[in-house]
Amino acid sequence: MNVAISSASDKPIYQQLFEQISAQILKGELRSGYFLPPIRQAALELRISVITVKKAWEELERCGLIHTVTGKGCFVAEFTPEEMLRIRNDMILKQMAVDAAYYKSFGLTLEEVFELMRKIF
Amino acid sequence: MLALDIRNLNKSYPAFQLKDVTFQLEQGYIMGFIGANGAGKTTTIKSILNLLHIDSGEVHVLGKSMAEHELELKQEIGYAFGGVDFYTRSKLKTLTDAIRRFYKHWDEDAYRGYLRRFKLDENKKIAELSAGMKVKYSLALALSHGAKLLILDEPTSGLDPVSRDDLLDIFQSLVVDGEISILFSTHITSDLEKCADFITFIDNGRVIRSSEKNEFVETYRLLNGKESELNDVKDKLISYKINSFGFTGLIHAADFDPSSGIPSTVPNLEEIMIYFARKEHSHV
Repeated sequence: MNVAISSASDKPIYQQLFEQISAQILKGELRSGYFLPPIRQAALELRISVITVKKAWEELERCGLIHTVTGKGCFVAEFTPEEMLRIRNDMILKQMAVDAAYYKSFGLTLEEVFELMRKIF
Repeated sequence: MLALDIRNLNKSYPAFQLKDVTFQLEQGYIMGFIGANGAGKTTTIKSILNLLHIDSGEVHVLGKSMAEHELELKQEIGYAFGGVDFYTRSKLKTLTDAIRRFYKHWDEDAYRGYLRRFKLDENKKIAELSAGMKVKYSLALALSHGAKLLILDEPTSGLDPVSRDDLLDIFQSLVVDGEISILFSTHITSDLEKCADFITFIDNGRVIRSSEKNEFVETYRLLNGKESELNDVKDKLISYKINSFGFTGLIHAADFDPSSGIPSTVPNLEEIMIYFARKEHSHV
């Protein structure tokens, strides 16, 4: 697992943690059954607060990406390819909603967005 | 369990009062206690430790009443107020030798470890230490008797960035087992942005808010609008500044209507403190 926290970012730290870990799970870099470090250990190593890690782990669990076994810790859940696709699409849609709002603020139409997107994609 | 439970502390001085100070710290977490100079941080801390006589209120430490079990509880509390500034002509080892006798669970190994980590020479006199070294010495004493609750007043002030970073590292390692809890006051809010779980903000003797850190900052919004938009929100702002680009002001998130189109961000701890301080000035 690889995590880089930026305190200069506008995003809350738990959000950064959540996004980076969920991306690694969805890309298959973290396989099902992989044990996440204990919350307090992760907080110490990343130099962030215990509650921040807790929140990120909770968010991962809410999305069905990890499971918690009391006394053992958290590990990456097992999913079918369909589930993986659904979770991935949910995440991408969330980001797209943010981006779309930005494009709309300039009054772009969907076609114009497509056209510009094609240039850089 | 609550490591610290403070309810309705009141203390009046001729020109200042603590008013119904109430907050709780759960065991195993770090709480930052913030507020401007003179806001009541040290008065609150001294009240917790029964170092001054409060007018009313209750303090419970690790589930026990401080008023009834003061001596017993003080074995469990490590505290430091800035640097050691007494018996300045004594050597560190002489002073430590006197202090260690008060504690049943004095941990000589831990103490030696901190001396090494802080690069403190036991054969020096207190008067020969720099301001930062005095702070480190007082922390070494506070951390060396197996305390379950650490109450530290401005432990990072006077320390250079490397020492501050080292100290925050020590704090985080101490709470890793979930046994030890730390309350520390500071006005260097960058020390808290990362490592504190909870924030208690005191302003003019009253607790404005005590909550989990993220929740704390998300209770507020920093607006960055055009001057023409100021009138729509002016009476709801905690305080504001006007410059040639428009205005910036702090508002309770609950009072802010995002559909107003005024750009807003979540403020950091320092911004919240600054705008609250400006509010006081504007009322004078």
